[in-house]
Amino acid sequence: MSATKPRTLSDSSPRTLFDKIWDAHVVETLPDGTAVLYIDKHLTHEVTSPQAFEGLRLAGRKVRRPDATLAVVDHNIATDASRYGTIEDPESRTQVETLEANVKAFGVPYIPLTDKRQGIVHVIGPELGLSLPGMTIVCGDSHTSTHGALGALAFGIGTSEVEHVLATQTLLQKPAKNMRVTVDGKLPAGCTAKDIVLAIIGKIGTAGGTGHVIEFAGEAIRALDMAGRMTVCNMSIEAGARAGMVAPDQTTFDYVKGRPFAPKGEAYDRAVAWWKTLPSDEGAVFDKEVRLDAAEIIPQMTWGTSPEDVLPVTGVVPNPAEIADEARRAQVQRMVEYMGLTPGQKLTDLKVDVVFVGSCTNSRIEDIRVVADIAKGRKVAPHVRALVVPGSGLVKEAAEAEGLDKVLLEAGFEWREAGCSMCLGMNPDKLKPGQRSASTSNRNFEGRQGPGGRTHLVSPAMAAAAAIAGHFVDVRDFAKQEGV
Amino acid sequence: MKAFTTLTGIAAPMPMANVDTDKIIPGRFLKTIQRTGLGKHLFANMRYEDDGAEKPDFVLNQEPYRKAEILVAYENFGCGSSREHAPWALLDFGIRCVIAPDFADIFHNNSFKNGVLPVKLPREICEQLMEDARLGPNSRITVDLERQVVVRPNGEEIPFTIDPFRRHLLLNGLDDIGQTMQHAPSIDGFEAKQRAAQPWLYDAAL
Repeated sequence: MSATKPRTLSDSSPRTLFDKIWDAHVVETLPDGTAVLYIDKHLTHEVTSPQAFEGLRLAGRKVRRPDATLAVVDHNIATDASRYGTIEDPESRTQVETLEANVKAFGVPYIPLTDKRQGIVHVIGPELGLSLPGMTIVCGDSHTSTHGALGALAFGIGTSEVEHVLATQTLLQKPAKNMRVTVDGKLPAGCTAKDIVLAIIGKIGTAGGTGHVIEFAGEAIRALDMAGRMTVCNMSIEAGARAGMVAPDQTTFDYVKGRPFAPKGEAYDRAVAWWKTLPSDEGAVFDKEVRLDAAEIIPQMTWGTSPEDVLPVTGVVPNPAEIADEARRAQVQRMVEYMGLTPGQKLTDLKVDVVFVGSCTNSRIEDIRVVADIAKGRKVAPHVRALVVPGSGLVKEAAEAEGLDKVLLEAGFEWREAGCSMCLGMNPDKLKPGQRSASTSNRNFEGRQGPGGRTHLVSPAMAAAAAIAGHFVDVRDFAKQEGV
Repeated sequence: MKAFTTLTGIAAPMPMANVDTDKIIPGRFLKTIQRTGLGKHLFANMRYEDDGAEKPDFVLNQEPYRKAEILVAYENFGCGSSREHAPWALLDFGIRCVIAPDFADIFHNNSFKNGVLPVKLPREICEQLMEDARLGPNSRITVDLERQVVVRPNGEEIPFTIDPFRRHLLLNGLDDIGQTMQHAPSIDGFEAKQRAAQPWLYDAAL
C-alpha cells in the first residue's frame, strides 16, 4: 500500500475503521515504516495460485496456516452441466487439476465443484461466515474488496503475495491513505447499489482512489442490505482503491449470525463487542473526502471501455469532436469506434445481443430476486440471449426454493450453475466479436467478455429490463413502456 | 528474482492512459500454471488479428520495438485485475521497466516482485520521454536504479523517487518471503495473543 506517516499503537488520536483494523494486525513495523501485517483469512482459486504453490515447493516451504486458508474453483469452469464431466479445455483442466493436487499436497481446505457450497470466491466467503468484520482478508483477485462490506480490510494481491501469505500468513505492507465517500440521502426508486458505485466511479475516475482505502458512509450506504454493500465495495477497485469498506452495524451483525463458520454463542457475543468498537471515531481525519447525493442518482450505464466512462441511462453517446483535450479526444474516439457507437445516439437506442446477470458484483439472491421480479410474466426479446448465473450453489438452491428459476426459465432466461461465467472471458461463457452486452459485472475493458465484445455495465434491474425490451431502457419507465 | 541495477534499452511509446490488465494480457491467457512463456500473448488483442497475424500498426510489431526493454505510457497503467500475469508477460517479452505518470496499486506491487521496475514521472516528462521513444533506433533510454535517474537519448538525466525498501530488494534481487521468515518469532507471538483474544479466528476450519 502507499506510503503515509507511520502510526504507533499508543497514539490516542481518533482513528478510522481502516486504521483500527490495520493497527490490530501489525505484527512488527520495520525501520522504514513497512509493516509485517497479519492476514486472518486467505481465499484462493485456480487461476492465481498455481505459481505460488510451485514457489513453495521449490523453496521447501509449507503453508503456515491451512486452517486460515480456503481454496475454491470459480474462474475457468463451465456453468452448464458439462462441468461435471471432463473439462474440455485442456489448459482449464490442467489449472483445476493443479489446484486439486496442490490443496492435497499442502493440506489446504478445498470446496470442489461437486460441493453445493462451491461458487465465486467473493460470494462464498461472506455467505459461509468465513469473512468476518475486523478481519484482514486477502485473495489473489482484485475484487477481494467485496468482503470489505462486512467491515473487514480485504484486498486483492498478486501471485507472489499469495505465496508470501501461504508461507508466512503475513504481507509486507505500508498503510494506505484514508478516503471517505459519503452518500447522503435516499436512493430513488429504480436505483440500486450498482448505480451508486457506478456514479461514484463516474465522479472520481478509475484512479480516484489510488493509494487509498475507501470507507463508504452516509445514509444511503447505511440503508443498503449486505448484498448492496458488497456490490459497492466490490467495485472499489474500479475506482482505483486498494480496498473498500463499510463500518459494521446491526445489519452486519444480523447477517453474520448463524452462518456456518461464524462464531456462535458466547464467542459471537464477544466478537460483536469487538466489532462494535471498529467504526471510525468522531473526528477521525480522512486524507480525501467525497460526497454524493443519492437523490440525484439516475440509473447508470457505461458506454465506453473504462468503468469511469459511465452516464445516466437518459444520456447520449459523447461526441469526440466536442472534446478540447487532445488525449481525451483520441481516447473517446477509440472507445466510440470499439463500442460501435454513433456520437449523439441515445443510450436507450442501443440494442443488446446478450444479457449477463452474474459475477462477484451482482450474483447474490437479492440480485436474482430483482431480475425475477422484472421477468415475471414477460419474455426475453427474441434476438437476445440472457443468462442468469448464481454466485454460488447455495444462492442457486435458495433461488430454486423460491421458485425464481421457473420464473426466469419461463421468461426465456438461461439458468446456470455457479461460477464467474461471462465476467471475464476465460471459460466457455463469452461474447462473440461485435456482440453488445448488458452486464451486471464490473469491467467493460476491451475484450473483457471475449475478444471484440462490447460490454455495458449496469445494475441487475437495468439488465433484466434490457433483456425484455431488447435494447437499453430506463428501468424507471419500464413498467409503463411495456406493451406500448 | 533477477536483480535490477541499471538498464539501457529501446523504449517503446504507448501514448495511452488506463492501459488495463486485460489489454496487457487478456483473460483467456491466464490458464497457465507457469510464470514463463506469456510474452507471446503480451497485448494480444492489440497486437494480433483474429487469425493470429500481426497488426502492423501496433508498436511492438515494428522495428526496433520488437526488442523494446522499456515501455513509456500515460496515467493509471496496469489498472484492473490482480493478475501477476501482466508483469510476467512484460518480463517474458523482454520489458523490464515501465515509465508512466502513475500506476494502479496492485500492478505496481506485482512488478516489484518480478524485477520489473515501474518508474513514476510527471506527465510532462512522460510526454518528453514519449517523444524520445518515437525515435526508433535512437530511442535508447537508460534507467539507473542505483542512482535513481532516467537518462534520455540526449544525455539529460531525470531523477525519480522510489520506496527505499523496494529499491533495496530490487537492487539485490531479494526474495521477500525469506526476509519475512526472519520475523517468525514475532508472528508466533502475534498468533498466541490473537488466539487468546479472538479464539473464533482459529477454529473455523472447513
